[in-house]
Amino acid sequence: MDVLDLARWQFGITTVYHFFFVPLTIGLSVLVATMQTIWRRSGDERWLRLTKFFGKLFLINFAMGIATGIVQEFQFGMNWSDYSRFVGDIFGAPLAIEGLLAFFLESTFLGLWIFGWDRLKPGLHLACIWIAAAGTVFSAYFILAANSFMQNPVGYTLNGEKGRAELTDFGAVLTNKVLLATFPHQIIGCFMVAGAFVAGVALWNMMRHPDRDADAFRPAFRMGAVVLLVAGLGTMITGDFQGKVMTEVQPMKMAAAEALYDDAKPAPFSILTVGTLDGSEEVFKLEVPKLLSFLGTGTFDGEVRGIDSLQEEYEQKYGPGDYKPNIPVTYWTFRAMITAGGLAMAAGALMLWATRRGRTPRSRWMLRAAIVLPLLPMAANSFGWIFTEMGRQPWVVFGLMPTASGVSPSTSVGEVATSLATFTLLYGVLAVIEVRLLLRYVQAGLPQLDPPRDPDLGDADAPLAYAY
Amino acid sequence: MELTTFWFIIIAVLWVGYLVLEGFDFGVGMLMAVLARDDTERRVLINTIGPVWDGNEVWLLVAGGATFAAFPEWYATLFSGFYLPLLLILVALIVRIIGIEFRSKRDEVSWRRRCDTAIVFGSVVPALLWGVALANIVRGVPIDADGEYVGGFFNLLNPYGLLGGLVTLSVFLVHGAFFVGLKTVGPIRERAIRLGLRAGVVAGALAVAFVVWTGLAQDSLAVWILGGLTVLAFVIGMLNALDRRDGRAFAGTAVAIALLVATLFSGLFPDVMPSSLDAAWSLTTTNAASTPYTLTIMSWVAVFFTPIVIGYQSWSYWVFRRRIGVHHIPV
Repeated sequence: MDVLDLARWQFGITTVYHFFFVPLTIGLSVLVATMQTIWRRSGDERWLRLTKFFGKLFLINFAMGIATGIVQEFQFGMNWSDYSRFVGDIFGAPLAIEGLLAFFLESTFLGLWIFGWDRLKPGLHLACIWIAAAGTVFSAYFILAANSFMQNPVGYTLNGEKGRAELTDFGAVLTNKVLLATFPHQIIGCFMVAGAFVAGVALWNMMRHPDRDADAFRPAFRMGAVVLLVAGLGTMITGDFQGKVMTEVQPMKMAAAEALYDDAKPAPFSILTVGTLDGSEEVFKLEVPKLLSFLGTGTFDGEVRGIDSLQEEYEQKYGPGDYKPNIPVTYWTFRAMITAGGLAMAAGALMLWATRRGRTPRSRWMLRAAIVLPLLPMAANSFGWIFTEMGRQPWVVFGLMPTASGVSPSTSVGEVATSLATFTLLYGVLAVIEVRLLLRYVQAGLPQLDPPRDPDLGDADAPLAYAY
Repeated sequence: MELTTFWFIIIAVLWVGYLVLEGFDFGVGMLMAVLARDDTERRVLINTIGPVWDGNEVWLLVAGGATFAAFPEWYATLFSGFYLPLLLILVALIVRIIGIEFRSKRDEVSWRRRCDTAIVFGSVVPALLWGVALANIVRGVPIDADGEYVGGFFNLLNPYGLLGGLVTLSVFLVHGAFFVGLKTVGPIRERAIRLGLRAGVVAGALAVAFVVWTGLAQDSLAVWILGGLTVLAFVIGMLNALDRRDGRAFAGTAVAIALLVATLFSGLFPDVMPSSLDAAWSLTTTNAASTPYTLTIMSWVAVFFTPIVIGYQSWSYWVFRRRIGVHHIPV
């Protein structure tokens, strides 16, 4: 493997891994903040215990998100220095603003929230988690602004002398139509993850320990399941909108999502295909007629461009070369995304039904489903991103810079191989630690509330409400 | 003032913020190995930085992002060139985060031992390597006509670079010790100050050598003045520690670190990464910079939001201003 392959694998591995934690952090910060708000408003201590319970799971996850996030920022400079030189004038700005506006907010106010239980007035303490949650959403917006520029470059001009793209309209970068489509889809996708997580964890506890805090886990489960279902509908609607924008600005990606080689009007959508995906042979195909036309254009007989004609067009436009992404990867990740998201919604709906009117399901299958449930939207998020990023290939900035020319010229195979091996190994170890820790705290159930303070001890000498 | 100069100053300020703030939490991390006598004392140490270390680390992320946005050529050359040291720093920071966050999540002695090792490793390595990296940037490294670093790994381990690393390592240790002196009560506070004073003698000697070497190499009056003030601030901090004036002792090391960073950046200006091969190939504030349009937007964002960030970060320090001791650690 050469530097390019290694750098691409490293980006893929570190980014997908980092992204296991991001959607849960974004969604769960809001759900934990909501639980604490319900407690404040109702005075019902079950919600305080839930806040602390899910808050702890949230923090374990958040720590992993931060630990793996640092790599993301420096990786551009380390492995993709020519890319950084080419787009730094544009791409760097949202990244820097993300740090200044979002990361400081998240880290400082989360610190205040974690350690401030006995230091801040209750209302102020509650505000801290809401501010931290807002920080995560800002963060998503700016990082997606940077990514959307790579999907659909806007607001720039090319400077031939300096060999780089230069920013001419920052407003255009912040209102990129790809960004406006991706941001809601992504944020709502985060709520699917968090909803499924809360629902799965709560249902597991209810079923496994029906005599332990079931009265507290039941409303938490319903909250999670409802969030999952509503967000599921939301991701479908926003995903549909995003598909139309994608068909407009990156028609090759839509063609690759369907492995559609010839222009079609109307175009069908295949549920699955058995055969070779280079289009030469097809054993079996299950299709829904006209659906791709609708997904791509909004009408049932709209034309969807095929891979071959787009390849021809791009050759005329950009010169000879292969402008097709990896078709099997785009085809299957697109379906995997939809399937995982759909299964999550179906499972969530089934579980809601099974718990209606105070019932607690007893079947072993339901218990297993509760364990798998949080993983489904997480997988959907990952597959969605793999699709989006792989579908952009061979471009790192669509139409402007091929991925192959973005890689660091002076970096050696040995260096990239070393870092790839190091991060893969380290992340593997961390995964084991994280999963064990999460399981331990999920199994431990809701924490008991602290007993009232010993009045003989002055406030200054009382133990910390939260300590490492 | 030129926008490029303004951004050079902002980057310097971000590094000042990062090294002054994370400097003491690196120091506290290192002290885990030498200062604390049992698990409870180690917990006291971690909890002195508990609410704030994560916010401190964000200064690095913003420094990195700002360099990317304002000086993309610098960002690209620096991080692709200093590849292996940066990899080591990243691994150290990751391991450290996990060590700090997960240490108290399990009770087993073996688990806590491993987390302690992670915290110490994760504090020592960046404290050393940031100094090595900064010293090398100022000293100049082999950069070719395309702006690419061509020096390899061992080129960075020259005497000046290593001395720079030892200075940051030792000064951060003292800075951390004085912070613990400021934030704790009881025997641990007394031990921290005594250890800080002893280590401070070594750190001070190293700092003087480094400042003199930098002054001779850079031949600039500003470097001599700022370097002299660095040493002065450090000595004042030490003298205050002798009198057990914890706040002033900590302020002394904080100002010394800020001035040390200022010394290095003033030696660097107007280059951002001088080439040791040919001065014409050096990256400068002008040839490495983004366009005036980008810099203007970034300036407005920075001018508007930096005071807000400093405001709420200061507030969080105020909220957690109370000293802690072993009796504050819950069982």
